[in-house]
Amino acid sequence: MKIIYTDVLVIGGGLAGLRIGIGAKRRGHDVIILSLVPPKRSHSAAAQGGMQASLANVIKGEGDNEDIHFEDTVRGSDWGADQEVVRMFVNTAPKAVRELAAWGVPWSRVRRGDRDVIINGQKVTITERDEAHGLVAQRDFGGTKKWRTCYVSDGTGHAMLFTMSDQAIANRIPVHERTEAIALIHDGGRCYGAVVRHLVTGELVAYVAKATAITGGGAGRLYRVTTNAVISEGIPTAIALETGVAALGNMEAVQFHPTPIFPAGILLTEGARGDGGLLKDADGHRFMPDYEPEKKELASRDVVSRRMEEHIAKGKGVKSPFGEHLWLDITLLGESHIKNNLREVYEICHYFLGVDPVKEWVPVRPAQHYTMGGVRTDHTGESPTLKGLFSAGEAACWDMHGFNRLGGNSVAETVVAGMIVGEFIADFCDRAENDIDIPTGLIHETLRREQAKLDLLIDGHGTENPAALMAEMQQIMTAKVGIFRSGQRLQEAVEQLQALLRRSRSIGLRYKARGANPELVTAYRVQKMLKLALCVAYGALTRSESRGAHFREDFPQRNDAEWLKRTLATWKSENDLLPTLAYEQLHVMKMELPPGWRGYGAKDYIDHPATPRRLEEIGEIKKTLHGADRFTLQEKLMPYEDLLPERYRGRNEQIDAMMEDGR
Amino acid sequence: MKEPGRQGRQLKISVLRFNPQEAGSAPRMQTYEIDEADGMTLFIALNEIREKQDASLQFDFVCRAGICGSCGMLINGRPTLACRALTKDLDAEISLAPLPAFELIADLSVDTGKWMRGMSERLESWVHMKEQETDLRRLEERMEPELAEKIYELDRCIECGCCIAGCGTLRMRDDFVGAAGLNKVARFRLDPRDQRSDEDFYELIGDDNGVFGCMSLLACHDVCPKNLPLATQIAFLRRKMVAVGLK
Repeated sequence: MKIIYTDVLVIGGGLAGLRIGIGAKRRGHDVIILSLVPPKRSHSAAAQGGMQASLANVIKGEGDNEDIHFEDTVRGSDWGADQEVVRMFVNTAPKAVRELAAWGVPWSRVRRGDRDVIINGQKVTITERDEAHGLVAQRDFGGTKKWRTCYVSDGTGHAMLFTMSDQAIANRIPVHERTEAIALIHDGGRCYGAVVRHLVTGELVAYVAKATAITGGGAGRLYRVTTNAVISEGIPTAIALETGVAALGNMEAVQFHPTPIFPAGILLTEGARGDGGLLKDADGHRFMPDYEPEKKELASRDVVSRRMEEHIAKGKGVKSPFGEHLWLDITLLGESHIKNNLREVYEICHYFLGVDPVKEWVPVRPAQHYTMGGVRTDHTGESPTLKGLFSAGEAACWDMHGFNRLGGNSVAETVVAGMIVGEFIADFCDRAENDIDIPTGLIHETLRREQAKLDLLIDGHGTENPAALMAEMQQIMTAKVGIFRSGQRLQEAVEQLQALLRRSRSIGLRYKARGANPELVTAYRVQKMLKLALCVAYGALTRSESRGAHFREDFPQRNDAEWLKRTLATWKSENDLLPTLAYEQLHVMKMELPPGWRGYGAKDYIDHPATPRRLEEIGEIKKTLHGADRFTLQEKLMPYEDLLPERYRGRNEQIDAMMEDGR
Repeated sequence: MKEPGRQGRQLKISVLRFNPQEAGSAPRMQTYEIDEADGMTLFIALNEIREKQDASLQFDFVCRAGICGSCGMLINGRPTLACRALTKDLDAEISLAPLPAFELIADLSVDTGKWMRGMSERLESWVHMKEQETDLRRLEERMEPELAEKIYELDRCIECGCCIAGCGTLRMRDDFVGAAGLNKVARFRLDPRDQRSDEDFYELIGDDNGVFGCMSLLACHDVCPKNLPLATQIAFLRRKMVAVGLK
């Protein structure tokens, strides 16, 4: 029986995991990163569009700052986010861009002088300032008041991931590729690492660590139609759930992106709309201004996706052999812009559709895109219920996205949370009381249990086909737990998923190899994914309101009076067929921005009784502090700075707000 | 969308099968027959074969959108990305083999990760900074927009390994850094944030396993799925390294 010891075990080699690894290693702790694939192949690479950070270098970003980024993010979340965490995030995002700039990311830069851009379908000339020349540029994205999305042409995620991965190599951090954590080692109160399966040899190894971090990304593959990579199956999240102790937050909050290509579901970046692309229907009519006169194509993703499906339901979709779709028209941006700034869009249309987006419209329809929910953590990234277990990035519910994430905030979260949680993990490992004293019996017992499960799959007498179970689950999720939800369909989905979960306990394999065996992998993964799917479907069934991306036809209003709370799902016993749900209240009286209208989407919602009181209180504070600067006011409304690790505190310099002493 | 594939075709996909982990496994060709569907890619076809015909078939896909570089393989002898190979652009008989030059995992799956990490360690493919700590609260260092674009142009390599698999030099020299490696050096050489000089780079690639080993057969350039300007970059780098060597 093989046991590997380390200080920090990171499960997932994307941006969040790599950044945590670098942070902990630089503080002197040994780190091992586990990755299903070579880390540069992680799904982080797919973030084409950009990373939000309020640098305010471009003229259309003038006046932007952390306050506006904060408000955009909270409104985007439909008030589901933890506002203190959002503050930590928006204040660190500019530092993250600057760190990556120093580490070699070739961010697109501002060029002084005039340039033509497309805004609201019109060509407009804007003039960039001399003093901004050469600084990191920003583009427009959905749900933001200012141009705030920093980018590297159309390969932002790729460039960030390669720089980060190379930094991990520079820091001599070992990445154990083609390994998969299949269970956490814990005693009900403390996490000690994980049982890991080598995907090539099939060998099980126990990795024992002081701190374990889950950074395995989202679970898009619960759905049949998704933009997510094949490996985004949520297994690291599921093994946290299977502890029965760690909770998953808001798993019903699932984002659907408006413009994946139809029918393959491959993502076309939000940058296509941010740079001026329009959505059109079967009649060639630009329909978004009819629904969203203010933000139009650039309302938040949940709103645009719903409007698109609503429009198709009205009979305005374009018919095709695969079903209906709408059009994305970027022809107005011109050949040079498309082939330079949106090259990835051009390539995807060219290779997968045989369409030239310079001349032709592109068929698009919303598809699953992002998992807002995940391993529930406190602001340090640690599970409040399982000591020593941390999480960051899409896998986590930290929770800065609430019920809808803004474009450009996901790749930003990966590195920002990686920086912050990496520091907290290092602090955790520094403290002597966190040294581990693990009974070897516990390690051996976990290993034996996991080996027995695999043996049963290989040698048992089950008959169920894992690939068929997977396909059925994905179909149910896409058909019944999608953009528009109803009590009846969700109830059906829950019952059908439970039936699948039962069946998944008697899987039989056609291919019985113990080493590299894709069918065995599908088998143990589908057992775990069905539990996640039930967290999503049952959470959605129970939440009788609409909030952000979670939309109930039978409860179309956001209901702050009853539902201003975070769903917490745990899986108490291996034989359960449903998660146990509990709720964590969000406190209006502590909010810097109390619930209100988002500025787009539905205007009617049910207020929380405390909201008027908090608004009044904020009004009083603002009156008392009349004339004070924004930092003083912010601190009075919701102090957060002491929550940040010391090295990431402090203001962010801008060309319009140069710092004298760096404070 | 525009051009529905020739429906009704039956594809014969022959795969070079071999699993070194499995006792008694020997290399062999195995042919699968599959009905072509509209818009079918090799990603779709191979997954269908694995689900319905042969659960043991091994291959690697991750993003299935042409951006992650996982699915390089030989399609009718040519190294390329399988995820974006539309079957309608291929004959009905298709042959697939794993990329040569990399350690075989099984069937179409090879260990590009190990090779690429080795290359990165050897060439130290990261910015060698002046100072280890940057004041993150301050404005970022400026860079000319054109230069940022030029760096990104070379930074677009996805390490898929197609250039390595197509490289003639590598057949003779196991330790040749390949186009992927030389392109990295070109990328960091261009980057003013990297403090290394041409003398430093010469230490890394100034020999026959580096830029002087290249025989300019240029298959790397022809097969690169990202259309990186590999031939130009290698030629340019060679000139710069000759200048150092003659000093």
